Amino acid sequence: MIGTLAPHGVAPDGMAHGIDRRGLLRVAGAGVLSAGLAGCGLPVARTPIKGGRLRVATATSSTADTLDPAKQGIATDYCRGAMFYDGLTVIDEHSRPQMALAEAIETRDAREWTIKLRPGVRFHDGTALTARDVVYSLRRHLDPAVGSKARVFAQQMTEVRAIGTDQVRITLSGPNADLPIILAIPHFLIVRADTTDFRLANGTGPFRCREFDPGIRSVGVRNDDYWGTHAHLGEVEIFSIADDSARVNALMSGDIDLINEINPRIINQLKRAGFGVLESPSGGYTDLVIRVDQGHGRHPDFVTAMKLLMNRETMRDAIFRGYAKIANDQPIPPSSPYFNPTVPKRPFDPERAGFLFRKAGLAGATIPIVTSTAANKSDDIAVVMQDAARHAGIKFDIRRVPADGYWTSSWMKVPVGFGNVNARPTPDIIFTQFFSSTAPWNESGWKDARFDRLLLLARGDTDESRRRQIYGEMQQMVHDHSGIGIPLFVSSLDAYGPKVRGLRPMPGAGLMGYRFASHVWLDGA
Amino acid sequence: MTASLWVTRLIAGRIASAVFTLFLVSLAVFAVSLLMGGDAAEAILGQSATPEALAGLRASMHLDQPAPQRYLGWLIGLLHGDPGTSLVTGRPIGGMIAPRLANSLLLAGLTALVSVPVALTLGILAAVKRGGTFDRVVGIATIGIVSVPEFLIATVAVLIFAVTLHWLPALSSLRDVDSIYELLRVFALPVMSLACVTVAQMIRMTRAAVCDALTSSYVEAARLKGVPPRRLVLGHALPNAIGPIANAVALSLSALLGGVIVIEVIFNYPGVARLMVDAVATRDMPLVQTVAMIFSASYLVLVTTADIVAILANPRLRHQ
Repeated sequence: MIGTLAPHGVAPDGMAHGIDRRGLLRVAGAGVLSAGLAGCGLPVARTPIKGGRLRVATATSSTADTLDPAKQGIATDYCRGAMFYDGLTVIDEHSRPQMALAEAIETRDAREWTIKLRPGVRFHDGTALTARDVVYSLRRHLDPAVGSKARVFAQQMTEVRAIGTDQVRITLSGPNADLPIILAIPHFLIVRADTTDFRLANGTGPFRCREFDPGIRSVGVRNDDYWGTHAHLGEVEIFSIADDSARVNALMSGDIDLINEINPRIINQLKRAGFGVLESPSGGYTDLVIRVDQGHGRHPDFVTAMKLLMNRETMRDAIFRGYAKIANDQPIPPSSPYFNPTVPKRPFDPERAGFLFRKAGLAGATIPIVTSTAANKSDDIAVVMQDAARHAGIKFDIRRVPADGYWTSSWMKVPVGFGNVNARPTPDIIFTQFFSSTAPWNESGWKDARFDRLLLLARGDTDESRRRQIYGEMQQMVHDHSGIGIPLFVSSLDAYGPKVRGLRPMPGAGLMGYRFASHVWLDGA
Repeated sequence: MTASLWVTRLIAGRIASAVFTLFLVSLAVFAVSLLMGGDAAEAILGQSATPEALAGLRASMHLDQPAPQRYLGWLIGLLHGDPGTSLVTGRPIGGMIAPRLANSLLLAGLTALVSVPVALTLGILAAVKRGGTFDRVVGIATIGIVSVPEFLIATVAVLIFAVTLHWLPALSSLRDVDSIYELLRVFALPVMSLACVTVAQMIRMTRAAVCDALTSSYVEAARLKGVPPRRLVLGHALPNAIGPIANAVALSLSALLGGVIVIEVIFNYPGVARLMVDAVATRDMPLVQTVAMIFSASYLVLVTTADIVAILANPRLRHQ
C-alpha cells in the first residue's frame, strides 16, 4: 500500500499531494536544508515518509490476547494498546512523565490531585473525551470481575470523581508523588465510559482498530483525526510467531518488518545480512535470591561472599553476548533519574569471598542452589558462579527444577535460588513490591524498619532532589544488606528489516517501550 | 437375510459405537481437565492474582459452580448445537472455531490431495517390484523422511526456499491470497513439510498391504492361469488390499487436523491445533472440550469411513 508521499514535518503545506518520487526527493532535500539551518537537521534518508504497511511479529500471542487495557499482560497486548488508546500521561525516554490526554496535573500535598483534560480530543467513534470517560477508566480496576492487573495500583485511589466535563479529582489513601508516572502504566489507558465490549478498540489513539482476532492478528490504520503528532505508517499488522528461528526466518525472507525477543547469538548474523538490531537497555534482571531468614543466609558474611562470587563481565559477555549492563546488587538501573552512582561497585573477588566463607565457618561446605528456566538464564548464571566458588573453597550443588510451578513451589522458598523481575517504572514501585518489609514478593526476606520509613517519606515528597537523596540511600541499603544479588540489567533485543526507520531505544521495554507504531516509518513506502 | 441388509446393519452399528465413543471422550476430557490444576481466572490474573480478585473473576465466569453442573450445561448446549462462549475472550465458541476449522480442513485437504496419489502410486509400484532397486530406494527414502521431525523439514525448507532463494513466502497468510497461483505459493511449504511425513507412512503401509495380497494363493492361481501382470495387480491383488490401505490413509490423515501444531506455529497458520494449545494454556475449558470433540469426531469419521470402505470392498461380501 502506498500512502500520500509527504515528507513529514519539513514539506511546505500544500505540496504533499501529487508529487512524484523525484519531486519528493527535491522537496525533502530542500526541507532538510532549511531544517538544518533551523538547528534540527535530519539527514535526507531519515526524512519520515507517510504511508506503508508495517508487519510486526512478536513472540507471544494467544486467545488470551485482549483489547481491554486492564487485562493486558504480554508485549503484543501493550503494543496494541499503545496504538489504539492514550493514557493521561506517557513516559518519555528519560523515564519522566509527559502529559498526554491530561493537559495539566496539579497537587499541593501529593494526596489530592486535579487533572485537567486536553480539550478537543475525540474517540475513534467521534465522541468527545470527557471526565466521565476518565473516571470510568480508572474506577473499573477496582471491580474484581474486570480482572484488572493494575488493581494494586488502583486501590490507593480512594476517590476518583469528575469536576465538570474536563477535570478529574483523584484522592489517594496516602501521599504519592509518583501518581503522574503510575497513570502512564499501560493498564490505565483511557477507554470510553461504560465500555464492556472489547471486541474492537474505541480509544483516542494514533491508530484505529480495523481488525482484532485474538491469537491470530490485529490490524490498525492511521487515525488522521489524531489530536497529537500523527503517525507516519498507514497501517500496522501485528501477529505472533512463537518459534524463535521461524520468527527470524520470516524477517530474513522479507515477509515481515519487525520482530522482538531476539536470541543474542544470532545478532551478528542478522547484522551481516543487512538487518537492524534495536538494543533497549532495561531495568529487568535475573537475581540471585538468598533467604536471610533461613539456612546459611542468616550469616551476613555468607550473603556478601555469594555476591562477591559473581563475575559480572563474564556473565555479560558469555551469557548475554554483551547485551546487558553491569548491575550492582540494587534494582535501580543507570537509566533512571534516581540512580545513585556513588554506591561502590562490588568487584568479583573469590579470594575475599573465600575469607568470608571461612569466617562464617563454611570452608569446604556444599551449597545447594536451585535454578530453573523460569528465571531467565539462571542456569548459566549459577554455572559461572560455580566456577568461582571452587576458587573460594566451597562447592555449589546446582539443582535444576522445571519451569512449571517454579514460582509457586520454589521461588522465595528455597534458601538459595533465583528470581526474575521485569523493569518497573519507578523506584517506589520496585521497592514497595520487592524490598519493603511487608512486600508480597520480598524475595530474600530482608526487613529493615528504616528502609520502610524512607520509602514512605520519599513517596509523599514532591521535592525531586530530596527524593533522589532518599532513593540513593535506599539503593545503598539494598546493596549492602539485602539477600538479593543482581548481576546484570538485561537488554531487550528487537530486529528490523532494511526499510524500517525511526526506531530508537526507550527505557522500560523493547519495541520503543511498545510505542514503535507512533514513531516508525518505512523507507520507500 | 440379504447381504445388503446385513451390510446396512453393520454400518449402522459402527456409526452408533462412534457416537458412544464421542460421549466417552467428552467425559474423559472433562475428567482430565479437572486434574490440570489452575483455572481460567488464575491464568488471566497471573502474578496479580489476589484471593479477592480471583473470587470476583471466578464468579463472573461461573467457575464457582460445581464441576458436574458445568459439564452438563456444556453438554446440553452442545446437543442443541451451541457449544457456549469462551471464558477468556467472551466470544461464542462456534464463531471462534469455524474460520480456524476451515483453515485446518483446507490445509489437510491440500495435503491429502498431494500425498494420497503419490503414496498409493509409489507404494503399489514398490510392492510390485519388491526386492528390486526401486523398492529399496523407496524404502530407504521413506524410513529416512519419517525419521526426520517435521519442524526440521519445515525450518530447512524455509531457509532454502524463502530466506535464501526468495521463491516462496516464509509465512502462510491467507490474507493476500486472490488467485490460484498465490494459493499455491502460500501453501507450497507447509503442504510439502506435512506431505513428507504422511506420504512416507502411507507408502510403507500400502506396500505392505499389496505385498500381502500379491503373495496370497489366489493371486498365485491367477498368475498360473496366465493373467497379465497389470490385471493381476489392479484386478486381483488391489481389491483385497483396499481395506488395509483405506485404514492406513485414514490414520495418516487423522493426524493432519489436530497434530500439525508445529507447522501452524512455524508458518503462522491459524488452525485449530493452535487454538487447542491456547485453550489449554488459558484453561478455557468449554473451548478445550469443544475442540477435543472436533478432533475425536474427525478421527472417528475417518476411521469409520475406512471401516465402511473395507466392508464394502470385501469381495467375499459382494459374492455372498
